[in-house]
Amino acid sequence: MTEQESKTATTQASDSIVIFGATSAVGKEVARLHAQRGEHLILLARNESALATVRDDLLARGAKSAHVLAADLADVSAHAGLHDGILSIDAKPARYYVFYGVLPDQKACEESADAALFSLHTNFNSVVSLLTPITLQMEQQGSGELVTISSVAGDRGRQSNYTYGAAKGGLSLWMQGVRNRLSDAGCTVLNVKPGFIDTPMTADIEKGGPLWAQPADVAQDIVKAADKGKSEIYTPWFWRAIMLIIKSIPEVIFKKLKL
Amino acid sequence: MHGHCFGRLSSSLLPVSAYRAWAYSPPKPQAATRPAWRNAGLPERNPVLPFGNGRSYGDSCLNSTGTVIDSRSLDHVLEFDRKTGRIRGESGLLLASLHNITLAAGWFVPVTPGTSYVTLGGALANDVHGKNHHRDGCFGNHVLAFELCRSDGSRVICSPTSNEHLFAATIGGLGLTGFVTWVEFQLLPVESSLMDVNTRVFYGLDEFMALSAESHDSHQYSVAWLDCVASGKNFGRGIFIQANHSQQSAAGLSASGSGGGLPVPMDFPGWALNRVSVRAFNELYFHKHRLMSLGDSTQPFQRYFYPLDSLQHWNRIYGSGGFYQYQFVVPLTNTEALTEVLKRIVRSGQGSFLAVLKLFGSCQSPGLMSFPEEGPCLALDFPNKGKKTLDLLDDLDSVVTEANGCVYPAKDNRMSAAAFQQYFPQMNEFAQHIDPGFSSDFWRRVSD
Repeated sequence: MTEQESKTATTQASDSIVIFGATSAVGKEVARLHAQRGEHLILLARNESALATVRDDLLARGAKSAHVLAADLADVSAHAGLHDGILSIDAKPARYYVFYGVLPDQKACEESADAALFSLHTNFNSVVSLLTPITLQMEQQGSGELVTISSVAGDRGRQSNYTYGAAKGGLSLWMQGVRNRLSDAGCTVLNVKPGFIDTPMTADIEKGGPLWAQPADVAQDIVKAADKGKSEIYTPWFWRAIMLIIKSIPEVIFKKLKL
Repeated sequence: MHGHCFGRLSSSLLPVSAYRAWAYSPPKPQAATRPAWRNAGLPERNPVLPFGNGRSYGDSCLNSTGTVIDSRSLDHVLEFDRKTGRIRGESGLLLASLHNITLAAGWFVPVTPGTSYVTLGGALANDVHGKNHHRDGCFGNHVLAFELCRSDGSRVICSPTSNEHLFAATIGGLGLTGFVTWVEFQLLPVESSLMDVNTRVFYGLDEFMALSAESHDSHQYSVAWLDCVASGKNFGRGIFIQANHSQQSAAGLSASGSGGGLPVPMDFPGWALNRVSVRAFNELYFHKHRLMSLGDSTQPFQRYFYPLDSLQHWNRIYGSGGFYQYQFVVPLTNTEALTEVLKRIVRSGQGSFLAVLKLFGSCQSPGLMSFPEEGPCLALDFPNKGKKTLDLLDDLDSVVTEANGCVYPAKDNRMSAAAFQQYFPQMNEFAQHIDPGFSSDFWRRVSD
């Protein structure tokens, strides 16, 4: 299941940046920002050939080292092994990012509990499973930074994608609790809420205009916020205002809207 | 993963197609796919056409009856040898990103057009040229190999020594020979990210030709801005700008500050550009340079190569009607055709905001359909005034065809099939290499 490869024969990595979902559009761009800084990277994703492409790209862009671990991150039975695999590369990584997830078809989730549970499992349960040993380690060592990607969809349930929204909203709450728990330990716990992002996943939607953000711009926001030790950001920034309005609509009215 | 946060609402909120040509003509619906990885197959719905970053001015980047393959996610560097300056990158990689990677190691793109927001695939498909054409030829002159994904499922590696016919047809082949997944090429060594720039004034095309000849050996880059509104004693006046990569290595190598810039936030109303404002702009531009920037200066490479990149979506100043760009070259033996074109433009009163003049050199590109040939090349923008503008451009075509010149397909949105066939008599040979699963709005228009 877990396959380890390391391209560079450098010495033991330290202060590594660990990226779960390194082949996602935003994960890739965040990794590039860290590569430009000449940092050590540990990259995880399911698609092995995509992972190799991303690794070569990051090394060309200046990463000091780039280790890859190919694994299905939704497979919770593999998480203990993954955790050990990461620590064997770097016993004390500096920062963890979680970018993987699925965008379910809302209609399918309404008709099939299996479809709904699959997306809830991938977007929420598996993340909790993956991060439990990591948060424990951060708590014990009294350092570390954790960044997850949620969504504005998690701020209020809407008929068009509430199964996705429920998992992301759950993740936002879970991260809030972790932040509260680890604040005395001096850890950074950042939860990111992006809006629309122009990625291969959204290629079939007619788009343009200011609401659609580029993955590279979203990545800049995320890395900057993590560097500053922020707790929660919307990206681009204006989604905070949009969601403030969306959240403030009384339910009596909201339930009748076609959102 | 985070795209559909508002589900179907998004499509109705945001009606603008992401797939438009740069000249901003009214958009047509355009089906698209966006592969995340280069091993993805071609889309099922034929015909297909690669789409890079949408900097082609006309319909050569559109395929309204088929599907475009958006290459922007295929932006990975596959290999970069910092010692030799050979680089292999995926076709969606932007020149702007490339500089961020290579410049710190002392390497520059061998040929760059006037914007850094083009993809490697676009640079290859249009065989782009730059201000160093007189020395270094086109982008295609520096290409070592590329991979072509064909609609029969094959993947063909093309180089000057293998599949050389497809190699030649694909360079400048407007994306019609297949989907290029990666390009390998040779970078240019530089000592600094700065440019040593020398700026001079000229009056008339003879003076321009003399300056260009003089500049040939002393400067790697040269380009001129031409006032194509002025008549009488100012007819043919302009600013000649020549440059070399700076030798001051102490100045350092950095690509920072290249990105972003101010966006043009909306379409300008159609009346914003008229005879008076264009004349005023030209007057101002000429005298600003004449008074303030003549002589020697040192500039960041972005300012020299990409002055318009600092104004994102500058195409919107022409309003929702868009504009036409007309770029042509005439052979050295027929340079009087250039004067004739200028005269007709001045007479029409449809002045051009930005007219860029460059003397192409004799370096032959390997590209079969490559546009440049030895002689002066002029690029002009015209706000779209409908039939009046189209008539003027047809009139210019008659001058350029007569002079055995050529018009650049990458900038074109209107030339007739007859004109194209005169500009590119090699088109029948080229057509044999076109992938039967590929086409474009441009190709359907000019191959009739």
